[in-house]
Amino acid sequence: MTKDLETFRTETRAWLEENCPPSMRTPMTGEDDAVWGGKNYEFKNPEAKLWLERMGAKGWTAPTWPAEYGGGGLSADENRVLQSELKRINARQPLFSFGIWMLGPVLLEYANEEQKKEHLPKIVRGEIRWCQGYSEPGAGSDLAGLQTKCEDKGDHWLINGQKVWTSYANYADWCFCLVRTDTSVKHEGISFVLIDMTTKGVETRPIKLISGSSPFCETFFTDVKVPKHQMVGRLNGGWEIAKRLLMYERTNISGFGSNTRVDVVDLAKKHVGLEGGALEDRDLRARIAAHKMTERAYALSVQRATEEAKAGGNVSHMASMFKVAGATLNQDRCELMVEAAGNRALGWAGEGFSADDLATTRGWLRSKGNSIEGGTTEINLNVVAKRVLGLRDTQ
Amino acid sequence: MTFTLNDEQRMLKDAARDFFREQAPVTRLRKQRDEKKNGRDPDLWREMAAMGWAGVIIPEEFGGVGLGYVALGAVLEEGGRTLVASPLHSSALAGASALLLAGTDAQKQEWLPKIAAGEVTATIAIDEGAHHAPTKSKMKFDGGKLTGEKKYVADGHIADLIIVAGADALYLVKSDAAGLTRRELITADSRGAADLKFEGVAAQKMNGGADVIDAILDRARIGLAAEMVGQASEAFEITSEYLKTRRQFGQVIGGFQALQHRAAKLFTDLELTRSCVLAALDALDRNSNNIAEYASLAKARASETVHLASNEMVQLHGGIGMTDEHDAGLYLKRARVAEALYGGASFHRDRYASLLGF
Ligand SMILES: Cc1cc2nc3c(=O)[nH]c(=O)nc-3n(C[C@H](O)[C@H](O)[C@H](O)COP(=O)(O)OP(=O)(O)OC[C@H]3O[C@@H](n4cnc5c(N)ncnc54)[C@H](O)[C@@H]3O)c2cc1C
Repeated sequence: MTKDLETFRTETRAWLEENCPPSMRTPMTGEDDAVWGGKNYEFKNPEAKLWLERMGAKGWTAPTWPAEYGGGGLSADENRVLQSELKRINARQPLFSFGIWMLGPVLLEYANEEQKKEHLPKIVRGEIRWCQGYSEPGAGSDLAGLQTKCEDKGDHWLINGQKVWTSYANYADWCFCLVRTDTSVKHEGISFVLIDMTTKGVETRPIKLISGSSPFCETFFTDVKVPKHQMVGRLNGGWEIAKRLLMYERTNISGFGSNTRVDVVDLAKKHVGLEGGALEDRDLRARIAAHKMTERAYALSVQRATEEAKAGGNVSHMASMFKVAGATLNQDRCELMVEAAGNRALGWAGEGFSADDLATTRGWLRSKGNSIEGGTTEINLNVVAKRVLGLRDTQ
Repeated sequence: MTFTLNDEQRMLKDAARDFFREQAPVTRLRKQRDEKKNGRDPDLWREMAAMGWAGVIIPEEFGGVGLGYVALGAVLEEGGRTLVASPLHSSALAGASALLLAGTDAQKQEWLPKIAAGEVTATIAIDEGAHHAPTKSKMKFDGGKLTGEKKYVADGHIADLIIVAGADALYLVKSDAAGLTRRELITADSRGAADLKFEGVAAQKMNGGADVIDAILDRARIGLAAEMVGQASEAFEITSEYLKTRRQFGQVIGGFQALQHRAAKLFTDLELTRSCVLAALDALDRNSNNIAEYASLAKARASETVHLASNEMVQLHGGIGMTDEHDAGLYLKRARVAEALYGGASFHRDRYASLLGF
């Protein structure tokens, strides 16, 4: 390591030592511990607030974004040092954010200076919470079939239509949204707009999930007036941005579903028991071992892709591959956990089950969404087959 | 961790790819088989040794080029692509590793330069039953003489030098030693192997105990996994090419989504496995402290992947895939042999679980 990086490590370690509150160095106990930020966010723990404020001020919620937009301005190497130092003290992620995972990277690439200056710093500091207005009742996998209408009214856009499956729309301050600006063409008639959720005519309705929580919503737009400068990129040029954003989404998504830090091996040891150092249920043991290997293979592949990208290789094709592999991996893990925990994982509520038990049940149900959200496994396999392997539909 | 090759390794890999494509395509294995050579191709081995490949991991002081395991892995992978039958794995990797890790100074001085030059080939003899079980050896060593049996020794029918593993020691035996009977096996992969019987055979004890045997085996496992990634990649690429050309129902069959998805899944599986093998080779060069874990990870995943890739190769080619004329069968047969050698997927899953403490 170069001397600069060594210095950076020493300084980072000292800063984290001083600034990361004790409770932020404990594992999250479940989805509820995730900090999402936003105007109306209620912190359950004052230390979580402090941790977000401190990290946000340093730009370390988005370490590699340029400092002029509030980011950390770190190089990839410095970021690696930062991440390893965060891991060393088991620091919690200070902010979960669609803004950081998906919107920010495309704003950096496609937005004008004014839009970047306006939105990026607020994303970094967790001041504005974003939601994704892509899917519609009639446009899921066939996203480009979307119908939400956006008309040019001279000094503003007028939006009418309905979105669905909008995660956390009920908590979000703003929405990045795909709208139809030309009905005569499919892909080339779509634009990308940013909408303030408090605008008159925007309405959300939560939908309950099989896991019992209700993180998604139907979102209705009725004569919503959107200022002209809130369109990103050119008119009818939204599809390219939409696809790029999906790539970031897919790259990020496999981590979403894992909402407990309980290790499947520990769980199995506890509930199945060891016999001569090996899990008593040998079939389960073999399947857990195979799963652990896939987990390792996945982690090594992410590392490899990062390295290849750094060496200038084109790894964009990896996004869909990782999305499929990550979703499968997470779902397999959740299934193994339910199996290993036995009837302890079959509770729903009440005192007969521990918080960890219930988190296993809910996590398992939530994981079923991993192969649907952000493009289904089938759609991503289509992408790999067509774009990576060059297998073409001939019809 | 390094996954990308440096210039030297990349040049070696490119040279190996060109060489095998031109000098040793699958037709060469087919010819050896048809001529009943059972894996013998001294001319090919001479040419490979002339490229320096017999001594890739052997340090310069012993006549090798000392480029390490990542480098040898790259050559093994390329050889795997065209199913090259040669002592590259048994001698340049397994035999050389055994001498490097367990040889006495005198043994190293005597054998490594000859192995590096390709003049002598070595192999390691491990298993005594139908399955890989290195800890269950019944070899007896008494008064400098070795007694016992070894089964399915890779290249055991052609090697000059045999490194025999007992339960907790290694022995060096010359293949022409009195009291050693070799029964040549005609194997499904057309490479041949041997069952060996030792009846009071003069043998030299090597250094180290069970740990060293394991360390040598791990090198053999990782190198074989690299070869298997080559086999699986080529099987996959040939298959995906076929999907783009074969027409049925008025369209290329690669246009059918059921087949597209199988190809995409296989590709994903292959990429994940490749990462494991590259990491394992790198772990050897770094002398990492969890080589055993990497070895079982790489060998288990490579076994599963080449298993799937070879099966899909036959199935997706339809009837032609079942014919001897097509190469699919050759990939399938080699796959099963490579899977079984030095422990199959279930052996390594079991070992991995134990290494992880459950
Ligand atoms: C937990 C969760 C969170 C989400 N969050 C958001 C969000 O924040 N914002 C947002 O805009 N959307 C969100 N979504 C929506 C998500 O992107 C869509 O559900 C997804 O794209 C699938 O669309 P659909 O539900 O209409 O299914 P459909 O498109 O109707 O698909 C039904 C089935 O048919 C298969 N199928 C469809 N077309 C093909 C094809 N060509 N080939 C093979 N199979 C095909 C699908 O794979 C699927 O199995 C979320 C979804 C989930 C589950």
